[in-house]
Amino acid sequence: MSTIETKGLTAYYGDFQALFGVDIILRDGETTAIIGANGAGKSTVMKAITGLIKTSPEMVFIDGAPCGGREAHTAIASGIAMVPEGRRLFPSLTVEENLLLGAHCARKGPWTLERVYEVFPGLKERRRLSGTALSGGQQQMVAIGRALMSNPTSLLCDEISLGLAPVIIEDLYRNIAKLKEEGLSIVIVEQDLVRAVSVADRVYCLMEGRVSLEGRADEMSLAAIRNAYFGV
Amino acid sequence: MTNQTYIVARATTASKAALVIMVSCVVVLLLVPLTGDRGSMRLIVEICYFLALAQMWNLLAGYAGLLSVGQQAFSGFGGYMLFAFVVYGGLSPLISLPLAGILAGIVSLPVAILMFRLSGPYFAIGTWVTAEVFKLVFFEIPLGGGSGMSLPIQAIRDISPTTEGRELIIYLTALAIAVGSVALVYSMLRSRFGLALTAVRDNERASASVGIDSFRLKLGVFVTVAAFTGMVGALIFLQKLRISPGSAFDVMEWSAGIIFIVVIGGIGRIEGPFVGVAVYFLLRETTANYGAWYMILLGLLAIVIMLFARQGLWGFLAERYRLTVFPIERRVRTVEPVEKAKPSNGISDTAISNLSLPPF
Amino acid sequence: MEWISTLLQGLLLGGVYSLFAIGLSLVFGVMRLVNIAHGDLIVLASFTSYVVVQALGVGPLMSLVIVLPTFFLFGYLVQLLVLNRTLGDDMLPPMIVTFGLSIVIQNALFDVFTADNRKLNLGPIETASFRLGNDIAIGIYPLAVFAIAIATIVALQALFYNTKLGREFRATSDDAEAARMMGINTKRVFAVATGIGMVVIAIAGVLMGVRTTFDPFSGPVRLLFAFEAVIIGGLGSIWGTLFGGIVLGLAQAIGGQIDPQFQIMTGHIVFLVVLLLRPTGFFPKVQH
Repeated sequence: MSTIETKGLTAYYGDFQALFGVDIILRDGETTAIIGANGAGKSTVMKAITGLIKTSPEMVFIDGAPCGGREAHTAIASGIAMVPEGRRLFPSLTVEENLLLGAHCARKGPWTLERVYEVFPGLKERRRLSGTALSGGQQQMVAIGRALMSNPTSLLCDEISLGLAPVIIEDLYRNIAKLKEEGLSIVIVEQDLVRAVSVADRVYCLMEGRVSLEGRADEMSLAAIRNAYFGV
Repeated sequence: MTNQTYIVARATTASKAALVIMVSCVVVLLLVPLTGDRGSMRLIVEICYFLALAQMWNLLAGYAGLLSVGQQAFSGFGGYMLFAFVVYGGLSPLISLPLAGILAGIVSLPVAILMFRLSGPYFAIGTWVTAEVFKLVFFEIPLGGGSGMSLPIQAIRDISPTTEGRELIIYLTALAIAVGSVALVYSMLRSRFGLALTAVRDNERASASVGIDSFRLKLGVFVTVAAFTGMVGALIFLQKLRISPGSAFDVMEWSAGIIFIVVIGGIGRIEGPFVGVAVYFLLRETTANYGAWYMILLGLLAIVIMLFARQGLWGFLAERYRLTVFPIERRVRTVEPVEKAKPSNGISDTAISNLSLPPF
Repeated sequence: MEWISTLLQGLLLGGVYSLFAIGLSLVFGVMRLVNIAHGDLIVLASFTSYVVVQALGVGPLMSLVIVLPTFFLFGYLVQLLVLNRTLGDDMLPPMIVTFGLSIVIQNALFDVFTADNRKLNLGPIETASFRLGNDIAIGIYPLAVFAIAIATIVALQALFYNTKLGREFRATSDDAEAARMMGINTKRVFAVATGIGMVVIAIAGVLMGVRTTFDPFSGPVRLLFAFEAVIIGGLGSIWGTLFGGIVLGLAQAIGGQIDPQFQIMTGHIVFLVVLLLRPTGFFPKVQH
């Protein structure tokens, strides 16, 4: 339903330039992995797409319409939902309230509270607890559930495996694969390149604010990715 | 790369020219009494103490990040101490002036220790409450109580037997205090102390990691500023010859006025208070017939500055035309490896190797 | 018996102070903004009511019908057009802008109304009281104000914890950027929060205007009392604010009983002692 594209995307934090002309296409229904080392600019790309950092309009396009630098809260309405790095649940809200908050500006669609509880078992019993009282894995489920509650067409997942145990990461990625089957466009931002590449259709590798490699995941050799990732 | 030398330059051509202009200004101001224009002299005295108070608040808020709304506690306290020394101690007013400042510095110490528990806007209102407590205390103690007191005629004659002589002495003292306030801030900021202060302002945590004790640093600034503010307060009420709790601890005149002066001129720049004081007196003198309107205009101007040019009027001009009158920033530039780092015109270049962080 | 009466008066006075403090606490809680013009806005509300009463010949309570929506709108617009632009890491701009607003309000009121004392009149109910036993009289009006303060807290509590808007307030307060990612227009949330804060300010201003006199320069004292109540109670806790208001009211009443001169001073001293011994207040919710 929606294709997101960045063209010549640049971004600054004060005097520091974080991105130097990044071109990325996130195709409808595809899963795209954006990998790269710490500080390569992955999260900055996500923030530019959602409008959390200001860019000029002709740097970000949704279905061909320029929309860079628009207010961040309008991203949800255009079908883009974010699972932010570090989960960022609202500690003053219960699990259920966190999920409901995700639905505040929701589009019409299949996701409801019941469905989230069905897909992520264990949340229902804990729905009255503060979001931050949960284990890391469950918190991540709440964060994903909260994003899904808005019935997005594109789901941007920023470093969802960070700080979680391997079994739980396994579980999360199984869920991601299921969402992909439902036709959701998914973006995986990861430092764990093997994990990301294994679920992705397309891969972009960022290095120091530039795209150092791009292509179809099945056509890429791990060696080439490593090379682009570490720059050796 | 390895042989490259850096030199740290501070003075610029503009700043040297400005120094010449400043010195000339002081000379001209020293000549004003010869005209015998007492109205102008009184106005200049007022400008002098507003400038000194503004310099102090700028040091406190602009460089140490301590947004106090309670500096009237120290100016009022200083004023009262002058009266106390003169009336009960029988001291001459001019000797009482610095003593009042020292006492203000001493009482600021417990105030600081209590107030440093609050941060940001809470510090601001906390200092305000403290100043109110000062005011209420001076309502109760036998220094005139709520109705205030006047300086005895005998003490006034001590300064000088004639009115002209007294006004001349106060004029010269005010000039000295204004120049002194600028010199104090300037030399403090150029010293290692200033370097540490800038480091704390830019990044408190990082500066702590290189061994700067920001608490002691801020305490030092707070006490110094309180002492100087106290001395200025003593001068203010020496000129007015009368003091009362209401006038001594007036938040509007001694805090709001001063804060707006600094913000409008440009906070965190020594030049700022000069520009701010100019704006303040320009507004006040031109709207003198319209009651409180200059305060309304001042408030609106401060709001507009915060919304559209946070660096203040001077900062706005300085950034546009690269002006500096008081070179306290250090500009690092590289020098060809062969050439020795020779100070270009002498006065203020330091090789970076000599530059170490101060022992705070 | 005299002392019991004093303590009761202090308690009821505390209700007024918590009403002052709630608006400050609410706005701080949602957007970490300390409004230095808070006290002057309370006074502005008293004057607005005064003007409405004079112009339409209605009572002060009826004037709320006009004053409350006006203040909501005023707060909403000031936040949207001015204060939102000042929010950020730097604490100076919001402080100077609200300080500027404070000075503008004071001097503009002075220009229009002069420095005369004014009061809102509610008629005989102001001085009516009922007896508790033989010696203790409780003023009906102060009791009503106290009840309104509690009702306001209960209403705000319900708004915060049982409504969609309250959820947005809490989420924005926790993490404004994450709230934006969830599609919440935080600028509008801030504007609504300030609007509601201004409604509480208007209630406080009108009720206080009946209780005591006011003039264009009585704002700062009201700000300081509100601030002291918030800090004693603990930042961000709305019930703590009621507690802080009561502590302050009691301190002032006790001080005033010893010597009328000490009334205000005792309040300030209790505040400074709390600051010394318990810098985060009694029920802190938000980190300084």
